Amino acid sequence: MENMSALENENMQTSATPAPAGKRRRRVKETPGDMAYYIITYILLGILALIVLYPLWFIVIASISNAEAVLNGKVFLWPVGFSLRGYELCFQNKEIWIGYGNTVWYTLVYTALSVMFTLSAAWALSRKNLPFRRFFMIFFTITMFFGGGLIPFYNVVSGLGMLDTPWAILLPGTVSAWNLFMAKTFFQTGVPDTIVEAAELDGANRFRLFISIILPISMPIVAVLALYYAIGQWNSYFNAMIFLQNENLYPLQLVLTNILTAAESSVGGGEGYYEAMLQSNQLKYVTVIISSLPVFCLYPFVQKYFAQGVLVGSLKD
Amino acid sequence: MEANLFEEEQAAPAAPSAVAEAGVPAAEAGKPPLRTRIHNSAFARNFRKNWTYLLFLIPAVAVTFIFAYVPMYGLLIAFQDYMPGDPILTGSWIGFENFKLFLGDYAFWDLMLNTFLLCILGFIIGFPLPIIVAVMLHTTKNKKLSKFLQTVFNGPHFISLVVLVGMLTLFFGRYGLVNNIIESMGGERYSFFLEAKAFRPMYILSSNWQDFGWSSIIYLAALSGVEQAQHEAAKIDGASRVQRILHVDIPAIMPIISVMLIMSIGGLMGVGYEKVLLMQTDGNIGVSEIIATYVYKQGLTPGGRGAGYATAVGFFNSIINLILLIIANTVSKRFSENSLF
Repeated sequence: MENMSALENENMQTSATPAPAGKRRRRVKETPGDMAYYIITYILLGILALIVLYPLWFIVIASISNAEAVLNGKVFLWPVGFSLRGYELCFQNKEIWIGYGNTVWYTLVYTALSVMFTLSAAWALSRKNLPFRRFFMIFFTITMFFGGGLIPFYNVVSGLGMLDTPWAILLPGTVSAWNLFMAKTFFQTGVPDTIVEAAELDGANRFRLFISIILPISMPIVAVLALYYAIGQWNSYFNAMIFLQNENLYPLQLVLTNILTAAESSVGGGEGYYEAMLQSNQLKYVTVIISSLPVFCLYPFVQKYFAQGVLVGSLKD
Repeated sequence: MEANLFEEEQAAPAAPSAVAEAGVPAAEAGKPPLRTRIHNSAFARNFRKNWTYLLFLIPAVAVTFIFAYVPMYGLLIAFQDYMPGDPILTGSWIGFENFKLFLGDYAFWDLMLNTFLLCILGFIIGFPLPIIVAVMLHTTKNKKLSKFLQTVFNGPHFISLVVLVGMLTLFFGRYGLVNNIIESMGGERYSFFLEAKAFRPMYILSSNWQDFGWSSIIYLAALSGVEQAQHEAAKIDGASRVQRILHVDIPAIMPIISVMLIMSIGGLMGVGYEKVLLMQTDGNIGVSEIIATYVYKQGLTPGGRGAGYATAVGFFNSIINLILLIIANTVSKRFSENSLF
């Protein structure tokens, strides 16, 4: 505490002495305490960045290293004994590619449905003169805090005859209340009422108004929704696990559960076992990369939209 | 009090017409027929003009009704001896038997404790960390660096749970990087996935690794809304950087912190089972079995006690969540005037 007040005094003095006119633009010199704060902050942030980046970096270099070198702990910072064996194994693995194909089309269809359903509903909810508006708001809000739970949900999907069909993956979860309210807030704050009024005076009907005027100026929220839903679908495995039996319908993530998280066994030994372990290990590194590649290729370009989504969602109406 | 009385007096003369609205035909002489009045009411006029907006809601309402509300109705099977395929309304009702069975089960307290501990330990690290990171990022002077760090920190959020757990097995498996380091330093190889002790730290730290950056976005946004003038004023008063954080930044983002706090408390017993399920092994099942994974196993895997019982357990869990949320919301409302609803 004493130290603090000493710093305060020092700071007061420096700010009390008038700066020479010519040097006014120069940055105010930091007090030692503030300098210490900045140094510690930069060090901590640097450590955090390393903690985030190193595992990802390691996966990349391990995937192109010699399997034995990886397993024996020779790989730390750079690839050792360059080898693409893991990639070969991955490309030969039919399950992975069937899963990849399924995931791609599930993601495309699901995202299209979700964005359409969510956007149109959000547009209606954002209109002050929507009949029964309060009722619908409550209708969607309740689902954010309470639900039927896993088993009744499963029973509904099974009762609709969707078990073991792509519908079980494509339809449930197409409208998330969070995303819905995020889009609603966007429409309320981002679309000027005058545009709507003008269009209505011109006699444009509501559907034309929505499609030819509102949608084109709402591309930021379309992008955010599409990305949220697409990433959600790309990364999900659980619904597929409980709803799908037919392996030809498995999405990538479900295929990966078998490859990546196969529980390690404590028994083992012998040359064959060692060889198999080398291969499966290398395949794991590669599948981590291959399955995350699309997301990470897009990520740097779209991350500003993601952040925007969080921000729009946090606005209160 | 006075104001209330006044209002009632004001309302009194209006009362007769309200009675008439309710439909006393005798008093209606000279007024247009009831149907016409309803027809011309503000609501009806608005409805005629704007009913097409309802069409926009159809798909979303349908999907939400089918996949969120019908399951709520399906909760009724928690009170039945349910067999798959039974009609819900005419099932064999057994009252609270399923709940009693769960409360009396030897696994009950273990499940409660496991669920609670996993959440509360995760919360202790996972709640403050994003706030601290946001404050640190906010105070960095180099905006380009700050943007770059945010990109790095947000990245892991987009890794799927399956891949994340896969990475854990690669790093913490018997022949993974961590064990290689342990051995090179002269230690014994350690089976992180087979040891119960290692489960919670591994689960919590990996969750934080994945989401601390993402969770900090909302605080960063709140921080960037803090008025610069307040900082200038504090500077003139001689406040150091740390003091400005404690007395300007933190109070300014307090509302958003309370809202996030309420939401995390509401989710305290609702830990994501998808990741737990992926990390479970025979070795760590004693600490990794939580209510949600138990529900899944009892209800959807062979050898479980069936759908009715599992639904009861899940119902029990969501009621606890709801109560926690309401308590947190009420407490926050009382003490800080910040609340969700």
